[in-house]
Amino acid sequence: MNIQTASRLSLLLLLAPLGLWLVVLIVLPHVDMFLISLHEKTAPRVFEYGTANYTEFFTEPLYWRTFTRTAVMSIMATTLTLLIGFPVSYYIAKMLRGRLKSFLFLLCLVPFWVSELVRTFGWMILLRESGVISNVLQWVGIAQGPVEMLYNDATIMIGLVYTSMLFMVVPLVSTLDSLDDSLVEAGYDLGGNAFTVLRRIIIPHAMPGIVSGCIVVFMLTLGNYLTPVLLGGKNSLWFTEMIYTQFITRFNWELGAAFGFLLLVLSSLIVWSGLKLSRQTLTETMG
Amino acid sequence: MIPSIPQPLGFRTAYGAYVALFFFYLILPLVVVATFAFNDSMFPSLPWGGFTLDWFFNDTEPRMGLFHDGRLLESIWTSFYIACWVTVLSVSVGVTNAFLFERRSFPFKNVLYMVMLLPLVIPGVILGISILVFSSTIANGMENNFGIDLEFLRPSTFLVVMGQFSFIATITTLIIAARLRKFDTTLEEAAQSLGASKLTAVWTITIPYLKPAIIGAAIVAFLMSFENFNTTLMLVGSDQPLTIAMYGRLREGSTPELNALSLLLMTASGGLALLSIFVQRDRK
Amino acid sequence: MNDTTDKAATFDLECRNLVRRFGDFVAVDDVSFGIPQGDFFSILGPSGCGKTTILRMMAGFLQPTSGDILIKENSVLDMPPNRRPVNMVFQQLALFPMMSVGENIAYGLQRKGLGKSDIADKVRSALDRIGLPGSGDKSIKQLSGGQQQRVAIARCLVLEPAALLLDEPLGALDLKLREHMKIELKKMQDKFGTTFIYITHDQSEALVMSDHVAVMNEGHFEQIGTPQDLYYHPDTAFVAAFVGETNRWHGRVEQINKDGIKVVTADGVPLLATSAGGEQHQAGAEVDIFVRPESVVIATDADRVSSMDNRITGDLVSILFNGANSRALIRDRQTGGELDVALPQTGEFSHLKRGQEVHLGWGMAQAKAFAALTDSGTKEVGT
Repeated sequence: MNIQTASRLSLLLLLAPLGLWLVVLIVLPHVDMFLISLHEKTAPRVFEYGTANYTEFFTEPLYWRTFTRTAVMSIMATTLTLLIGFPVSYYIAKMLRGRLKSFLFLLCLVPFWVSELVRTFGWMILLRESGVISNVLQWVGIAQGPVEMLYNDATIMIGLVYTSMLFMVVPLVSTLDSLDDSLVEAGYDLGGNAFTVLRRIIIPHAMPGIVSGCIVVFMLTLGNYLTPVLLGGKNSLWFTEMIYTQFITRFNWELGAAFGFLLLVLSSLIVWSGLKLSRQTLTETMG
Repeated sequence: MIPSIPQPLGFRTAYGAYVALFFFYLILPLVVVATFAFNDSMFPSLPWGGFTLDWFFNDTEPRMGLFHDGRLLESIWTSFYIACWVTVLSVSVGVTNAFLFERRSFPFKNVLYMVMLLPLVIPGVILGISILVFSSTIANGMENNFGIDLEFLRPSTFLVVMGQFSFIATITTLIIAARLRKFDTTLEEAAQSLGASKLTAVWTITIPYLKPAIIGAAIVAFLMSFENFNTTLMLVGSDQPLTIAMYGRLREGSTPELNALSLLLMTASGGLALLSIFVQRDRK
Repeated sequence: MNDTTDKAATFDLECRNLVRRFGDFVAVDDVSFGIPQGDFFSILGPSGCGKTTILRMMAGFLQPTSGDILIKENSVLDMPPNRRPVNMVFQQLALFPMMSVGENIAYGLQRKGLGKSDIADKVRSALDRIGLPGSGDKSIKQLSGGQQQRVAIARCLVLEPAALLLDEPLGALDLKLREHMKIELKKMQDKFGTTFIYITHDQSEALVMSDHVAVMNEGHFEQIGTPQDLYYHPDTAFVAAFVGETNRWHGRVEQINKDGIKVVTADGVPLLATSAGGEQHQAGAEVDIFVRPESVVIATDADRVSSMDNRITGDLVSILFNGANSRALIRDRQTGGELDVALPQTGEFSHLKRGQEVHLGWGMAQAKAFAALTDSGTKEVGT
């Protein structure tokens, strides 16, 4: 066996697992899901191709309203996470040094190491009618009786931001960390103030981190199931829950597949436009 | 806005307070969960009923302790079993992918790399349903055309493993490839010059170099599998992994036993976190 | 050395008509040479001349486009790097960072499948020989640059290779350590008796350590010979310019005498020189003349140089004091060109002042004329 054949063979061997994984678990399932979403039931166990499932989505207000609501709330949660997370990331990256810095950075990673279920459970214990905050409020005298803080949009938002925070802070800290202090100093030295330095130097430098943080947070929020369902209860109206209902409870896979495909299109569209707006590529952002 | 540039005291205090508040927000739910694991009461809420270890060790209903709750223990085992498979698969594929993308050049490499990243931007629920739909299509096709019933292609532990692997493999690939990129290939040439064949050189030099990344990737993969909910929810069969079992109990209304379980999980993953930091720091 | 056909049998390592192309670029252009057992052989050349390519072909990391490589009279072209009886010391050393010093040295022995106790013995004796006894358990990072160097060499030498290939291994060291390592390397080679093939762009490394040096330029060998040969009897203008310090003039041959030639530079200065490099220049030919700084006699008194073939009157620009190697920079009054002149070690010229008039002279035997170079990289005197 000469060197060229050996090299070609090893390339094939390396390509095989990648190919199997991507074709069998990613590409084909999504193609199949799309095909199923085009199925129309004409009689029991008899199908025709058509767009009935998509028509149903657009004509049934509950469906498309939930869809829009999920998208809008995800964008809100992403923005909120960025606004809350940026000052904290900046503080960790630029204001702190040494041990405290690494400690606080590790602390930001904690939610990653703790299951989302446990985190959400914590918020339930805190916020429910018989929960800790309700009790504290009564004890202090602010509230007269038990206060129910679960099952509303604000609570869902708190939970979503909490769950996503880590995925914003980590990329932000690492890009801000790479910003040379002397650039900030030069900004001030040349007559800038806090606002202009932030706008002209710090934010442009942090842009790759901001974009990748936002994309990941948005993705995770849009696809989240636990937090909205547990903290929002019956009022959550989250689109993933609707997909679950179609698949598992109603056993209407065709409609569920259509929903899934729509969610995929929405998330790809927003990720794509986010990348376009910030002139980044997926490879740069993720890889 | 860096320490070398003076800022008013008021601003610095307010900034510090804000960051402190942030970390309070970050930690609060976890502390609350952990604390109520020891509450001597039927509910994980105030009033505080005193300290007890019943929720860990008691063996009678209605105060069944975690370590005697057969169904929960079984679901921990299921999760563990799934996580082990996912870890082995995704780390192996991560290693081969890393070599493929870092060492080889071939047509459409960039396209393939893009596709490889896609699982990160596909919501977990959708990964789950697409695999569910596809595997059912195959299973139905086999049954209708050949009369063969492929049980494992129905919602089952096997599908859960496949579903989790489908996106965790991307993460392990990225972790391992990042380290391989830093590897100085002359080390491999040196090994070859000293009498090692190409494969031996990779095995004795490159793989040990990658070890911290491989262990780190394995820990991340294990944890992500153990904690996964969205993809698992769509593919789960009769054996419930821990997250699914816990979710069911949470909806039914919970006893402090769930707090005890949560505390156990936090401790275990905290331990894994420390281990991974230790491994990564060891050889930098 | 040049004649590969007659003495082939005595060579340990031999390259025959070696060619390597990268696309249109010819990195190595028909190079042939042989190296006898135990020789310290250097390939000296500017960066990009193709010397690393030759070394990598010998090691087996590159296939030649054509030609043959023989080790102990057997062609090794079909052998992968790990099977060739040569070992390579890399520019950045390439010590395995995840292994201890002892494990690094043991690595090649393990590949050979030696027994554990055998390996331990060999590692111990190798560590003794390189002056690092008992350092087997240290990590690579605990060693100094020079010690790492010795480990990198020892891990190859324990394998008793037919030849050791060294790819500018001193390049990464600081100046002082480099001077020290030159001597150390030479001693090590004596001690082990292994053939060394050493590539470098640093002429002093090549001259100090080698038994034979090949000067390489743009893919081909200009000259192979002992350091003394290269220094005193260069074959080409490139070798004359590249090896050692030198003064250069460019001019046209005006007259052929029986023991030399008369050349006139563009400034109209006549110079007497001898044709070198086996060439006989014709009248009108463009030539380069090279004169070593130590061949020039310097005097404050014009009579001292009056009997010499070539004479120049100039002003002292500056003294470049460097102990025994001190030199003076003199500006030629007539042309304004600057000459590099060695000062006698007696220190009799240490009192010279800037701007002082000095007289220079040299014999025509010390002025070597070669067919003109297109670009030599050295500065010309005059013009």
